[in-house]
Amino acid sequence: MISKKAIQIFSLGIIAPLTLQSCQQNTVTNSANTDILTGRLIITGSSTVAPLVSEIGKKFEGENPDVRIDVQTGGSSRGISDVRNGIADIGMVSRGITPEEDDLSFHSIAQDGVGIIIHQDNPIDSLSDEQVKQIFTGEISNWQEVGGKDAPITVVNKAEGRSTLELFLDYFVLTNSQIKPSVVIGDNQQGIKTVEGNSFAIGYVSIGTAEFSINNNVPIKLLPLDEIGATRDNVANGSFPLSRPLNLVTNGEEDFLTQTFINYSQSAEVHDLIKKQDFVTLSR
Amino acid sequence: MSPSHGDLLWRWLLTIIAMITGIIVVVITVFLFSEASTVLQEVGWGAFFLDPSWHPQEQFFNLIPMLLGTLSVTVGAVFLAIPLGVASAIFTQYYAPRGVAYVYRQLIELLAGIPSVVYGFWGLVVLVPLINRFQAPGTSLLAGMVILTLMILPTVALTAEASFEEVPWEYRQGAIALGLSKWAMIWGVILPVAKSGVMTGFILATGRALGETMAVLMVCGNVVQVPDSFFAPVRTLTANIALEMAYATGNHRSALFVSGLWLMGAIALMVLIAEIMRDQNVKL
Repeated sequence: MISKKAIQIFSLGIIAPLTLQSCQQNTVTNSANTDILTGRLIITGSSTVAPLVSEIGKKFEGENPDVRIDVQTGGSSRGISDVRNGIADIGMVSRGITPEEDDLSFHSIAQDGVGIIIHQDNPIDSLSDEQVKQIFTGEISNWQEVGGKDAPITVVNKAEGRSTLELFLDYFVLTNSQIKPSVVIGDNQQGIKTVEGNSFAIGYVSIGTAEFSINNNVPIKLLPLDEIGATRDNVANGSFPLSRPLNLVTNGEEDFLTQTFINYSQSAEVHDLIKKQDFVTLSR
Repeated sequence: MSPSHGDLLWRWLLTIIAMITGIIVVVITVFLFSEASTVLQEVGWGAFFLDPSWHPQEQFFNLIPMLLGTLSVTVGAVFLAIPLGVASAIFTQYYAPRGVAYVYRQLIELLAGIPSVVYGFWGLVVLVPLINRFQAPGTSLLAGMVILTLMILPTVALTAEASFEEVPWEYRQGAIALGLSKWAMIWGVILPVAKSGVMTGFILATGRALGETMAVLMVCGNVVQVPDSFFAPVRTLTANIALEMAYATGNHRSALFVSGLWLMGAIALMVLIAEIMRDQNVKL
């Protein structure tokens, strides 16, 4: 344990000067002149949110030339822990707040749905929630049992710790140990590639990413859930049941630059960027 | 005779460089142990052998399937790559016309230079769908073995060729003078003499196969299970770390460092075997 602490102190020694410097700069400009923003923001977390935030960051840097926005991925959990440890100014989290996280403040910037995908050649057009559950737990292992071709089902699951997995398990009231996967994947793209290459696979990915791929002629299709189509429109009007907010997270004591950036990310000025990333803007 | 001034300088310089290298290895090991200590103190070593499964979110940490996965993929790939690599070295050295041998050698060297993610991507879009036609889901132990074989083949072939070249010319002349056929010369004279060089290639290749991450992650399916056939998906220790590290916190994260320790142990074992073999060769 002592050596672990030593390592933490060692790494803090490297990182702290960088962050401290940016903090000092922020406070100076904060009191002196609120029109010109300077400083550096470190943003880490969810790989789903990161592309959007780096686009927002670029636009923000364009309008405030003295600001540097540094975006790094690593998953929602990393976003949370980096903000708690003070390594990052803002964390990115692609799910709602959980009770253990009420010490942090969550700021939603967009919405995304999680949709079930299968190959385009698969004749199935819809599955009931119960059927999906039985497929993922291995009770149904052949497409014939749900009205498809006589072929074994390839169940594509996500790796432990991914927020899409948590959301999926939550909706179908499952634990990960009940799922009997044939393939375990990391990010959404890998899931789409796997289903693309296997006519009898079933998986679940971000609706935004899936729609983007479908628009680029990738032979997959999104299945409706609970008879509600997995479209961005249905995520936007709140009728699609399996959706999640994309959040920026802070430890509650934002400095001026952080606060400005969060306000900017929530403003109508970034709606075009959100749409371009195939996410859904928040109606407010 | 006392060493000259220049020799002394070199001696010190090289000693310092060697010490730095040694220290880096020790620091990495200490770091792995200190990061792993959290979970080792909380759940103990036994959990990594005795837990019912690997579901870190539910506090189950059995690593045996990953260890067997790593071993089976590596052993499979090495068994395929050794005969292929040695055969291709014999071909270039003794059978191929000079021009063909040159082109062939360039191709093998090119094979060694391709980044592993390219192998992985090729495997995912070509090899996996191909295997899937015979046995779903395609992502499997077999796919991993084939990709790894391609990746370590150049190492085996090039080191084998180098050690054939080192066989003293007189041995070959002697064999020819005795009227041995070409194959009898290779089998009876060249191979036994070059054995230790071929073995070095074998150890190097095994080390690469053990540590390979990206390609294996993309084609093996990553399901945590003890494989019961060549078509069953497996997860290796390296893939386990790569898939989950970014998304892991607390005990889960710490358990991934235990994966790292096991990997380190496996590589240390390889080095040990290499040392023993070298000693035996010296005796010959």
